[in-house]
Amino acid sequence: MRVSSVNDLLLWKDKCPKKIDYKINVLVCNGTSCMSSDSEMIIKMMEKELDNHHLDFEIRVIKTGCFGFCGQGPIIKIEPDDVTYVQVKVEDVQEIVESHLMNQTVVSRLLYQEPNQEDSVHQSSGMKFYQKQMRIALRNCGEIDPEDIEQYIVNDGYMAIAKVLENNTPEEVIQIIKKSALRGRGGGGFPTGLKWELTRKVKSDEKYIICNADEGDPGAFMDRSILEGDPHSILEAMMIAGYAIGAENGLIYIRAEYGVATNRLRKAIKDAKNVGLLGKNILGSDFNFDIEIKLGAGAFVCGEETALIRSMEGFRGEPDKKPPFPSEQGFRDKPSSVNNVETFANIPAIILNGPEWFSEIGTKHSKGTKVFALAGQIRNNGLVEVPMGTTFKEIIYEIGGGHPEGKEIKAIQIGGPSGGVITKEYFDTQIDYDSLLSMGAMMGSGGMIIMDEDSDMVQIAKFYLDFTQDESCGKCTPCRIGTKRMYEILERLVNMEGSPEDLEKLRVLGENIKNTSLCGLGQTAPNPVLSTMKYFREEYEAYAYRTKKTKYSIDPKLCVGCTKCARNCPVECIEGNVREVHYIDETKCIACGACYEACPVNAVLKP
Amino acid sequence: MRNKILDMTTLDKNLIKSLDAYIDSIEGDKKEHLIHVLHKAQELFGYLPQNLQLYVARALDLSSARVNGVVTFYSFFNEKPVGKYTISVCMGTACFVKGADKVLDRVIEVTGANKNEMSEDGLFTIKDVRCIGACGLAPVMTINDKVYGKVKPNDVDEIIRHYRSREDESK
Repeated sequence: MRVSSVNDLLLWKDKCPKKIDYKINVLVCNGTSCMSSDSEMIIKMMEKELDNHHLDFEIRVIKTGCFGFCGQGPIIKIEPDDVTYVQVKVEDVQEIVESHLMNQTVVSRLLYQEPNQEDSVHQSSGMKFYQKQMRIALRNCGEIDPEDIEQYIVNDGYMAIAKVLENNTPEEVIQIIKKSALRGRGGGGFPTGLKWELTRKVKSDEKYIICNADEGDPGAFMDRSILEGDPHSILEAMMIAGYAIGAENGLIYIRAEYGVATNRLRKAIKDAKNVGLLGKNILGSDFNFDIEIKLGAGAFVCGEETALIRSMEGFRGEPDKKPPFPSEQGFRDKPSSVNNVETFANIPAIILNGPEWFSEIGTKHSKGTKVFALAGQIRNNGLVEVPMGTTFKEIIYEIGGGHPEGKEIKAIQIGGPSGGVITKEYFDTQIDYDSLLSMGAMMGSGGMIIMDEDSDMVQIAKFYLDFTQDESCGKCTPCRIGTKRMYEILERLVNMEGSPEDLEKLRVLGENIKNTSLCGLGQTAPNPVLSTMKYFREEYEAYAYRTKKTKYSIDPKLCVGCTKCARNCPVECIEGNVREVHYIDETKCIACGACYEACPVNAVLKP
Repeated sequence: MRNKILDMTTLDKNLIKSLDAYIDSIEGDKKEHLIHVLHKAQELFGYLPQNLQLYVARALDLSSARVNGVVTFYSFFNEKPVGKYTISVCMGTACFVKGADKVLDRVIEVTGANKNEMSEDGLFTIKDVRCIGACGLAPVMTINDKVYGKVKPNDVDEIIRHYRSREDESK
């Protein structure tokens, strides 16, 4: 197969097998999360069962990317019946085949059960998790086999690059992206069209399009899911960007930890090259483009664009000062446009549906959708894509299903180590770039960690600072030494060795680090501390004034004397006779929480 | 060779041959591919001892300081030998709030190896790692490529035992 014109592509699209060619399509999630719970075995079993029953001609198994409903994986979706099975085990496959696929009887016990509702959900589209979502960047994730280029082609794959090569000048492509008002999804929110325009305007014999796939924020995994679930869309978007800025080379900088994503990207690049969609004279035009993968090696700071470029050149990933910006002097000192994976994933959809379609979604200054990774104390862990302007409440309670045990949610940490906390008073806020900044947080890459009433905000802040001070590259003093000192103060506080003056020191130090650090890592590193200090001052004061309780205790009014806590205590520090109130010896308590878990009447109090 | 640590003649000849072949296959500026070469070297040798770093430096015509600077900058590269199985406990936020530190403590206890060290029997190396992006399964631990999700401290014993008995069987 060789595609050397748009017509070839259309003819190929016609010939590719489609979902409607099969009576039933069985979609099995093959993302990292589901793979770890044996989805590969499930796929093998499914194929074997279908083969045994001679159904493999009318029923097709599709190994898809991530459905986003990771907490309930492995997931199987049956189309066109629109039935989703959750937490499927290898042993369940036979029943699904014999009951559902052969006798049209849905296997009810594997359906998803909405919280607080008796009936399980029969129609996937009826699941609350999906109802408020709008999938643009994730449009093909969980829909197609990412390793099969034909399935991408069937879903209008490579039609966007065909469209711009046939109809638009590079300048017009930039105007389309500018008109769509797409902003960078990697964190800062810089307008993508403007970035391309700046890179286009610089005169140079060589230019580069760089895809930043060094997703390092703890708690964010949307880029990995897109690369694993829809790698061709990233290649296509990079081609469009290359055409727009006048670059013939694309580079994808990806974390070495993302093995599955790297392999799928490699395969996608190879497949695209084999049919001539990458290489010289793409689709018969005079546009040439090639893509290469560059591996990272585990350094968070390499998500910063200048550090990323240094790393691609084979150096320590230390950031440079800006200006000059990468758009002027980037990779190999040539003009380069660095864009994030999720940003790229939006591009083909914008080209095909038009910039007006895109800019109608969202809020005044933040258009389109955003993918968030929900994690922490929430029922539905996973990936969700919602229009900008959706409120926290909708995300946590409607899509996320609230707290798994119905406890109160106290705060959301958003934006990872660069971001801040949002407290429950602000859960009605519409999420966009600007509203988050005004609350002292930031979009970041879109990791949302949900924290309940039991979470200790000082410990959380300390956790993030431990991360940033460890990941600080050491090039500039405020970040290298400043974050270390902040961390030491926090350590002093949680060890009950601090003082009230420490709080002021933390604040001043934090402000200074923000104002004087070289790159984004240092400029945002104090955010988790500053924002938790702002909203949860009392928790800091409890440590500073050393009034914080650190040991467990028993409420004498509630204790029924069942002895369960004493029997579960690993250090035997709980005393009391049967049917009498028990006591915890605080000098011996190691705060492991075993008594808390064991108590049947909730009489054990957390510190 | 006065400095034994830097003695390149002790490196396995066959592995060096594979590494040379990889370096030869690189098109364009080879120096720029230092990180890829180090990935390959670590894949072949298991870790990057100083004599191997020196070998890479010579092969790419770089200073050994530059190579060592890169090796020590990136957490993915090991200068010390690693066990047959690398146990990585994810310390990402989602895992942390779900008690990953307790899982790590238990792993250290059961294997007897400290963080970033190899156990005496050469079987396990323990690492606390940055978010591996499987937050839906928190807390998560990986042993080589196998992912274990929703791990409780009590599950650790059983998992480690499984690997130990597998070793005993193969003996």
